[in-house]
Amino acid sequence: MNQADFPLLNTTHLAWLDNAATSQKPQAVLTAMTDFYSTTNANVHRGIYRLSEQATAAYEAVREQTRQLIGAASTTEIIFTSGATAGLNLLANALSSYVLKPDDVILLTPAEHHSNLVPWQLQAARYGAKLEFLPMRTDTTLDLATLANRLHDRVKLVALAHIANATGTVHDIQTIIQQARQRSIPVVIDAAQSVPHRSINVQQLDCDFLVWSGHKMCGPTGTGVVYGKQAWLEQLPPWQGGGNMIRTVFLDHATWNDLPYKFEAGTPNIAGVIGLGAAIKYLQTLGFDQIQASTETVYHYLLDQLATLDFVQVLGPTDRTQRSSIASFVVPGVHPHDVAQILDQHNVAVRAGHHCAQPLLRQLAIPATTRASVYFYNTTADIDQLVIGLKQVYSTFHGYLSRTNSGAL
Amino acid sequence: MDIYQEQILEHYKEPHHFGELANASYTRHEVNTSCGDDFTFFIHVTDAGIIDAVGFTGQGCAISTAAASLLADDINHKPLAAVLEYSSDVMLNLLGIPLVPTRLKCALLPLQAVTRITQPPL
Repeated sequence: MNQADFPLLNTTHLAWLDNAATSQKPQAVLTAMTDFYSTTNANVHRGIYRLSEQATAAYEAVREQTRQLIGAASTTEIIFTSGATAGLNLLANALSSYVLKPDDVILLTPAEHHSNLVPWQLQAARYGAKLEFLPMRTDTTLDLATLANRLHDRVKLVALAHIANATGTVHDIQTIIQQARQRSIPVVIDAAQSVPHRSINVQQLDCDFLVWSGHKMCGPTGTGVVYGKQAWLEQLPPWQGGGNMIRTVFLDHATWNDLPYKFEAGTPNIAGVIGLGAAIKYLQTLGFDQIQASTETVYHYLLDQLATLDFVQVLGPTDRTQRSSIASFVVPGVHPHDVAQILDQHNVAVRAGHHCAQPLLRQLAIPATTRASVYFYNTTADIDQLVIGLKQVYSTFHGYLSRTNSGAL
Repeated sequence: MDIYQEQILEHYKEPHHFGELANASYTRHEVNTSCGDDFTFFIHVTDAGIIDAVGFTGQGCAISTAAASLLADDINHKPLAAVLEYSSDVMLNLLGIPLVPTRLKCALLPLQAVTRITQPPL
């Protein structure tokens, strides 16, 4: 549905199935950004002139939209960043310096995107802390049977994805948050693959921090959000220094601005945030129930179609309630780069590689996968195009499948 | 032009010189971490500096595997000094197919192993 709203989808015959990497942008977002630059462009939180006040008002209005989107208590809890990676680095730096001591533990999962692993590795090395990982079953679901023991006394931080980007596996974050809460351990949720797809309420979830990107939810690249509970954000030190984040600066020290500005150093991506606001409005006008329903219809069709291809193996749980929008698969005997290249010849865009989750694929003993990921604007025709391409993969490589020195499996 | 031509697929199916060389003078392992392509080249060099035996092991996509096979054929019986100077163009000419920039890494990984084969391991 709604492909007509998306100029790129409207003018090509492209089956865009790389939504887990980035979404396409509706005209409303492009128009909002062009309008901003054409009529309202000025720096924010600075000028005494009217144009700056208008730009500031427009920028801050998106903060309120974002607060509503995730049900946060206050706009002081909404920090704009350049993306989920920047948000996770912000939290890794600020939280680690506040809570970590030597031999403390950061608890993660083996399925994290590198952006929710490497920042913690850097901080663990800095503070002499260690990383531990929740156990994962071979179907990539988390085994939470021993969760109480995993949340032992040395664990000072928990960070994990709501939905794993490489496989689409939905993690039971509610259980993990509840048990961590009982032990007063802060939890960081990487929601990059969930906020675009489903209605999230941070007060119901009761997570301490939630991070996501704007560009996977129809917004422009270079936008992202960190939600943090006010009580936490007030205690944490700033990460980056610069303009806007200060209250008073002396030659040898400085004091910090109020929330959320303490965490927004420098001129923000103002037009990007305006575009993000247009994206949120666009998605909310469609309604998240409708977005989820449309996506699931196409997603289930995708899984059904892949199941009919006996030369394709889909990774992840068989229980569809534990999956979301992503199908990561292998064609034994054919390297994912060859699969993706033949699909490209059929105007189907998918991702092939390690999906920034090398430890996960190493644990599964797979060098790389092909990943198709859907969003609400995809149609069953896009999936049919994918299936035609996959049949071409089979006919091209027929007789070459499952060779002993093959690339996949 | 379809890059999956018969020659490429034949080399992928039955790579020439596939296997380890027991008495190798030089070996070199190269990995493309972005896709998991992984090749080790083995060569034996005569006192006169001529490559007189080639082998390779590993796994990769059709393009990188065919490239390894074609390159192994090409360098056999050539002077090592000349092979160490091979440019990307030599490899692309051997493959004879048009490649998009992201696939160049696939195509050139075996060449990287061969042209670095006398260097100390990483």
